[in-house]
Amino acid sequence: MRKYSVAAIVREALRYNAGWERAWRSPEPKKQYDAVIIGAGGHGLATAYYLGKNHGIKNVAIIEKGWLGGGNTGRNTTIIRSNYLQDSSAAIYEKARSLYETLSQELNYNVMFSPRGVMMLAQTEHEIRGYRRTAHANNLQGVETEFIDPKTVKKLCPIIELSGPRFPVLGALWQPRGGTARHDAVAWGYARACSDMGMDIIQKCEVTDILKSNGKVVGVETTKGVIKTHNLGIIVAGNSSILAEKAGFRLPIESVSLQALVSEPVKPCMDVVVMANTVHGYMSQSDKGEMVIGGGTDGFNNYTQRGSFHHIEETVRALIETFPIISRLKMLRQWGGVVDVTGDRSPIISKTPLEGCFINCGWGTGGFKAIPGSGWAMAETMANGSPSQLASAFSLDRFREGRFIDESVAAGVAH
Amino acid sequence: MLLINCPFCKERNETEFVYGGPVGVDRPDPNAVADQEWVDFLTLVPNPTGPVFEKWWHARGCGEWFVICRDTVTHEILESPDEKS
Repeated sequence: MRKYSVAAIVREALRYNAGWERAWRSPEPKKQYDAVIIGAGGHGLATAYYLGKNHGIKNVAIIEKGWLGGGNTGRNTTIIRSNYLQDSSAAIYEKARSLYETLSQELNYNVMFSPRGVMMLAQTEHEIRGYRRTAHANNLQGVETEFIDPKTVKKLCPIIELSGPRFPVLGALWQPRGGTARHDAVAWGYARACSDMGMDIIQKCEVTDILKSNGKVVGVETTKGVIKTHNLGIIVAGNSSILAEKAGFRLPIESVSLQALVSEPVKPCMDVVVMANTVHGYMSQSDKGEMVIGGGTDGFNNYTQRGSFHHIEETVRALIETFPIISRLKMLRQWGGVVDVTGDRSPIISKTPLEGCFINCGWGTGGFKAIPGSGWAMAETMANGSPSQLASAFSLDRFREGRFIDESVAAGVAH
Repeated sequence: MLLINCPFCKERNETEFVYGGPVGVDRPDPNAVADQEWVDFLTLVPNPTGPVFEKWWHARGCGEWFVICRDTVTHEILESPDEKS
């Protein structure tokens, strides 16, 4: 693989850009691999990357039903933060956030990580109390956050309306080192690095069955033939329940459509990410100038990747009160992604009842920010055959043992 | 947006209803079943692509709870609630 650099740009400028090579290969699958990962989204590719980099397992295939990064990796609102309440969540999300800081250099691919700061607005007395508690917890966990007053909110984000009649801004939980990154670039960067290590990324190849023998996984049947392996990782977000069924076990997961939308591009007006959890909306401005708005999940389970219209209406209606400036913006695009939600709104990184088969799912409505940390922990789990320290709290056993990692009401998650 | 067929009020807008989740197995007697079966009852619900039976509550209407069969990929409501419940 040729490195991207200033010298490369100059070189290519002198020869009509004829020397750029494809970022990753698209090979036909081999008969057998040391490890196979189903799902070439951010989490799958990151897992493969750290399997190769941290554990030396490079004979790896990543199988993807559609195209690379075309699921939730390409559909999220690209927010990165780690201000979670529970220790185990804060640990894995903070690992991810800290890996994002140097990801561009590490992958030699610009993922456009922009630590512009994330604020979560407190718009009720209860939220103030909740976020103060989270800020204290974060300080103990080593995650840099603070609770800021309305004046500071206004200073950081001048377009905000503090004294809205229904949703006044009473303060915010501020994580200065949170931010955004280019979501596609994260998938592409990992894919390029994986391909460079000799891994095979096989797109447009659907897994139709998981082959078992004596309670162990022996391979997968795909639309491109049988691929043998004794180490299988299922990292398919919304489709986890479907593949788990093929592997012979069930998951405590419900799939639901989560939607987002972007406006027409406007001049720079907002250089932080603002999340308003009381009204279920959040907004940031992309580098192109579009306002990126995240909405709510549908009120019922589905696999449609589009989302209900009235949820958008609710989100936008509420955001207009907090940001009156956007009231005449035209919305350009709206889309949905199928997210996999667990009962305690925390992910699952775990061994499964099928030996040699591992699962990484349940990231629900906030998986993008976790990609490097999730891949790191999942790779460790797959390489050692047992949960890594980062992943141990997120095992499937927790549902039997009642060790829930209760983030759904605790840490102001947006859904 | 769905048009949901309430057994009393007939087709009404989705916003009048509250989703009650997919229909799982009936509640077993926790003292009579193995731990695993009890845990499964507490944590697992059907999550298929395709038709699934699910509970809905006509909260902002007549207040009736009922079951419909809906396709999770196409949103098509396949059977009338009366046939199932």
